Amino acid sequence: MSEPRHAVGIDLGTTHTAMASVALGGEHRPEVFAVPQLVSAGQVQARPLLPSVVYFAHESEGKLGLPWDPDRTFAVGEHARVRGVESPARLISSAKSWLSHTGIDRRAGVLPLDAPEDVERISPVEASWRYLDHLAEAWQAERATGSSDLGLAEQEVILTVPASFDAAARDLTVEAAYAAGIENLTLLEEPQAALYAWIEASGDDWRKHVGAGDVVLVIDIGGGTTDFSAIATLESEGNLELFRIAVGDHILLGGDNMDLALAHVVATKLRAEGKQLDKWQQQSLTQACRSAKEALLTEPDLEKVPVAVAGRGSQLLGSAVRGELTREEVEAVLVQGFFPEVEASAKPATRARTGLTHLGLPYAADPGITRHLAAFLTRQADAPRALQGRVKERGWGSLLCPTAVLFNGGVLKSDLLKDRVLTTLNRWLEAEGAPPARELPGVDLDLAVARGAAYYGLVRRGRGLRIRGGTAHAYYVGIESPMPAVPGLEPPITALCVAPFGMDEGTDAELPPHQLGLVVGEPVRFRFFGSSVRRDDQAGTELEDWTPEELQELAPIEITLPSEGREEGDVVPIHLSASITPVGTLLLEAVPMQALEPGERWKIELSVREGR
Amino acid sequence: MTDSLPLATRIWFAWICFFRVLFDGEFAARAFRARDPNDVDSEEPKLPDPNVDEAALARNGALQLLGLLQREGRLVDFIQQDIATFDDADVAAAARVVHDGCRRAVGSHADIQPVRAEEEGTSITLEKVDADAIKLTGNVSGSAPYSGTLRHRGWRAADLSLPRAMEGHDLAILAPAEVEL
Repeated sequence: MSEPRHAVGIDLGTTHTAMASVALGGEHRPEVFAVPQLVSAGQVQARPLLPSVVYFAHESEGKLGLPWDPDRTFAVGEHARVRGVESPARLISSAKSWLSHTGIDRRAGVLPLDAPEDVERISPVEASWRYLDHLAEAWQAERATGSSDLGLAEQEVILTVPASFDAAARDLTVEAAYAAGIENLTLLEEPQAALYAWIEASGDDWRKHVGAGDVVLVIDIGGGTTDFSAIATLESEGNLELFRIAVGDHILLGGDNMDLALAHVVATKLRAEGKQLDKWQQQSLTQACRSAKEALLTEPDLEKVPVAVAGRGSQLLGSAVRGELTREEVEAVLVQGFFPEVEASAKPATRARTGLTHLGLPYAADPGITRHLAAFLTRQADAPRALQGRVKERGWGSLLCPTAVLFNGGVLKSDLLKDRVLTTLNRWLEAEGAPPARELPGVDLDLAVARGAAYYGLVRRGRGLRIRGGTAHAYYVGIESPMPAVPGLEPPITALCVAPFGMDEGTDAELPPHQLGLVVGEPVRFRFFGSSVRRDDQAGTELEDWTPEELQELAPIEITLPSEGREEGDVVPIHLSASITPVGTLLLEAVPMQALEPGERWKIELSVREGR
Repeated sequence: MTDSLPLATRIWFAWICFFRVLFDGEFAARAFRARDPNDVDSEEPKLPDPNVDEAALARNGALQLLGLLQREGRLVDFIQQDIATFDDADVAAAARVVHDGCRRAVGSHADIQPVRAEEEGTSITLEKVDADAIKLTGNVSGSAPYSGTLRHRGWRAADLSLPRAMEGHDLAILAPAEVEL
């Protein structure tokens, strides 16, 4: 492999994907790479955003050809998105959310869920691979024609993932990237990428806004997900250091939910007037409501905006339905509904689990983003303790108290919504006796994550400050305690910490003293847990009990010991060893107490699950 | 005035000119100069490149734009329908669909900027006149500098990029017939 010429940042989003690149060497700045894609039948255009959807053409549609592959029968991007509205069963969307769904086998062909017979279902991993593959091919066609060492495979690629992604979801993302031929790869948390983008865009000015002891809260509300992170600024021997101290849970809630909610309001009013909308019109209404919302949020004098939806036939006049969206409704639905003024002690409502759940994404049950934020800050109240007083004194109350806020994501272009978040947050801070947090100015919310990821390629080469903090979760293996079986009672388990919080890329955890026995030749499964709050557990720490708040169960892990050199059915004592690969994924291995050959160890598969 | 075209032909020709002016810079320049019969075309006519069918390219561009405006803004539906029999409320509802969609379509393919930044109705002084960008009206006489009132700010397509058409697709289909199964 030749030396990479570019650092390429890829924001593989739930609803949209973006890519930016920066030439290595010299004083270059990251630039967004417009991705050529089908925008309608037979028409290709390069756009900064690639909708993260795959559409499988029916035989009646002809080819969905691209300049580099005229015979293609599937499409990724804008045309796929539009066709998916007309023929939803042939479309895969939100593959990223499926990738982090612990309830399914993420390598199994499950998508599209309602695929017709002629569509072969693919796995969430393969769907992600197709998006990345599209980017690699587009890059090849635009930037690397005729030269293989300019291809994406030869560049340094930084792929962003939600901070809340667990080890398995990160692993699967890397698997998809490898399948797309991207090998020189590093993972980066999205909120970190947003902060890098802000630092890059502010030039040397950023140090005027953030100083030693600050805690920056990154609030990233995308189309489909919401992500929180807290990053502290520390001073160490006269130099500033950035340290990511906390990440939030994975919340499937974003701007698309808001547009849907507004469309629902207007559709209800239209129904009351006796005007029924079909599914297709409902979709246009959502689009129209998005425009109307943007107008109402940016122009404070507007009281209402008419929205009109066309009928499907060629007769436009007479079939177009007119409704309107008022400021009052936008405020009631968005401001009260999604950003309610709640107390800092508020907890998001959770949906009761029913016995029969059908296969679907675990959407957030509570749309109140401020409630999710309150829960995050409460859960992570202790986060700065680890920094031993190197952040501004806060009294260590019941809340993690940020001093600055960085907003990211299209939803937060609206000053009204930003102000709402900020005033709500500052009310909580006031109650804690902490000074108010300020907004970090001058952020370009569009494409910041992709730009920041590309910039990270420069940071890794020493051209900027690096955010430290290591892994955002500690990982535990569930071990059954030996005790007599009691009917109706699960045997109690203890959680053995195998990977502590805050491990850096390329480091190993200490081998825990605890031994486990593995049966040779048989797959052995362990329950697997992650925690974003237990910072002090070391490898080998055993927990007897814990709250669901502290430890979350993840998909089980599995290992099969090959029978070479050992008797099938024998029990081999092992240690579990954890390391973080240079890419940024968790590697769990079983190390035998008595190795048959030097360096003998077996990889443990994360995320295994029988198909349902 | 020697001869004049009938209204229907003029509407048709205005429509054609709209696209050719938009896509064909040379045609636009010629058309612009044609406003003033005294302006003589001094440039040598360029020999056409025999490998490029200019007419087909212009046609494809126009078809693509029509298709785009129909797809995003239902423009063809709108102009193909007889507007006279509908009341204003219906026209308004349809116009909002067309406006919203066409605005989005044009906005995402072209960067349209006013030629003059001043408010319409204000007095401005022009040191010189770029015949493409400025049109003098009213009592047109004398020489620069000209003082006058800005009546129309003008529009300039600062940037325009249409999608690349893949071979094997019929661009003349502005909207396919839809059949729901």
